[in-house]
Amino acid sequence: MRDKLAISSKAYLFIIFFILYAPIFYLVYYSFNSGGTMSNFEGFTLDWYKELFGDTRLLIIVLNTFVIALLSALVSTIIGVLGAIWIHSIKQRQTQNTLLSLNNVLIVSPDVIIGASFLILLTMAGIKLGFYSVLLSHIAFSIPIVVLMVLPKLKEMSPSLIDAARDLGASQWQVLTKVIIPYITPGIFAGFFMALTYSFDDFAVTFFVTGNGFSTLSVEIYSLARRGISLNINALSTLLFIFTMLLVVGYYFIAQRGNTRGLGVRK
Amino acid sequence: MENKVTRNLVFIPYALWILIFVIAPVTLVLYYSFFDIEGNLSLVNYKTFFTPVYLKMTLSSFWYAFLITAVTLLVAYPTAYLITRTKHKHLWLLLIIAPSWINLLLKAYAFIGIFGTYGTANAILEVFGIGSKQLLFTDFSFVFVSVYIFIPFMILPIFNSLNELNPSLLDASRDLGASKWTTFRRVIFPLTIQGVKSGCQVVFIPALSLFMLTRLIAGNKVITLGTAIEQQFLVTQDWGMGSTIAVFLIIFMVVIMVATGNRKKRGAKNER
Repeated sequence: MRDKLAISSKAYLFIIFFILYAPIFYLVYYSFNSGGTMSNFEGFTLDWYKELFGDTRLLIIVLNTFVIALLSALVSTIIGVLGAIWIHSIKQRQTQNTLLSLNNVLIVSPDVIIGASFLILLTMAGIKLGFYSVLLSHIAFSIPIVVLMVLPKLKEMSPSLIDAARDLGASQWQVLTKVIIPYITPGIFAGFFMALTYSFDDFAVTFFVTGNGFSTLSVEIYSLARRGISLNINALSTLLFIFTMLLVVGYYFIAQRGNTRGLGVRK
Repeated sequence: MENKVTRNLVFIPYALWILIFVIAPVTLVLYYSFFDIEGNLSLVNYKTFFTPVYLKMTLSSFWYAFLITAVTLLVAYPTAYLITRTKHKHLWLLLIIAPSWINLLLKAYAFIGIFGTYGTANAILEVFGIGSKQLLFTDFSFVFVSVYIFIPFMILPIFNSLNELNPSLLDASRDLGASKWTTFRRVIFPLTIQGVKSGCQVVFIPALSLFMLTRLIAGNKVITLGTAIEQQFLVTQDWGMGSTIAVFLIIFMVVIMVATGNRKKRGAKNER
């Protein structure tokens, strides 16, 4: 009885995993197809990859995507960490909860609403749609996730650490840089990383605030996919898939390190 | 005194962010919803929203979101349950979550190939003797792909609440003579309802506002609230009407969040 159940359960899990991964490997598989369609595998070729690397326009878009992701993650991490420290330092529970709710507005809002409202905002502010509008939007929607990643670390920190530092004559700045920041470093890394992936993955918000001349990978894939199948996209997907998997593994190690280090952040 | 000033200076960027990127956008959306396409102050957008065309669209958007959430829940609950039973459950969970990190567009694009006229799905149908069918650009493919995309988001909260479940409760239930089904209905499900609620919340709200999938997979056959907003903002350029739909979407969102309750427990950090 028990064994039989285990087998059917395993089969169920297997089917779920198969469905989750099959489309991804399907894309990867056909990126090597010389036939030019996603249905008929004619022969092995690397032409699509060659074409991809010969496409300077696309390479510029890839570069744009990386620059936007890194810059927005950097800026949002700085602002988010300071914001988290601020929220944590507020004594009144009511104010703290209000700030947290405001912080979470952009996390729970659907992308379409964030995109549409940012479009109104940026247009009213007179910012030309393009690199800067996309960068600002990415910074804006990444800040709350950084705050959420850093806050638990701050809560975990014993307040007596700060008291001790003050008693020993540390200035406000020294408390921040010598005590608080080193303690919450794992949270900061996690926040930076999340901001990075948010920026990479975003399609909807970027789609609203990007003008004609500027594009990121998600937006580009969308406009290519609307025109139908081209195996260039498959080749691009394969590279992105590998990149994403590297990120996941990287994140896993950061998370692991954060866990094991815990209190012992001494140098 | 000096300390306090420098202290506040440091926090200015975050406060500015809340003001400019949280409060201002919502206010602006509300403000724009009161202007017609010529820029005159009027309630015409709200009147338009309550015409049968828009009400039908809203209703169908809700119906699809409901369908997507229900199917996702039916698939995700057993999966989450079985994963908690495996030996390396956290590794399996990570493997379930990993596909959700891959760019959404790529997954949608894969399904354009799979569901295409000569795609794999039709080849399989041929093998079973059903014959090829039009799969892409139907509401079936829309629901299928949406469920595919949302499964990890539903599994995660359910997994977390199942994981917190005390196993001795199950033993107690069995010792007292409850059947497996009774144990599930009276013990497991009620104790994990919070996970189910947050799972439904993180699926239902985005499902209402999907717009990329409706274009790529459903071929404009399905119009969600999200599609309507995108259409008004980027195609028709009627920001007033777009904002009005957005206002209603925000209202629905708040209602759903209150209904599914317990916002504090939502571990937003784990949702990706």
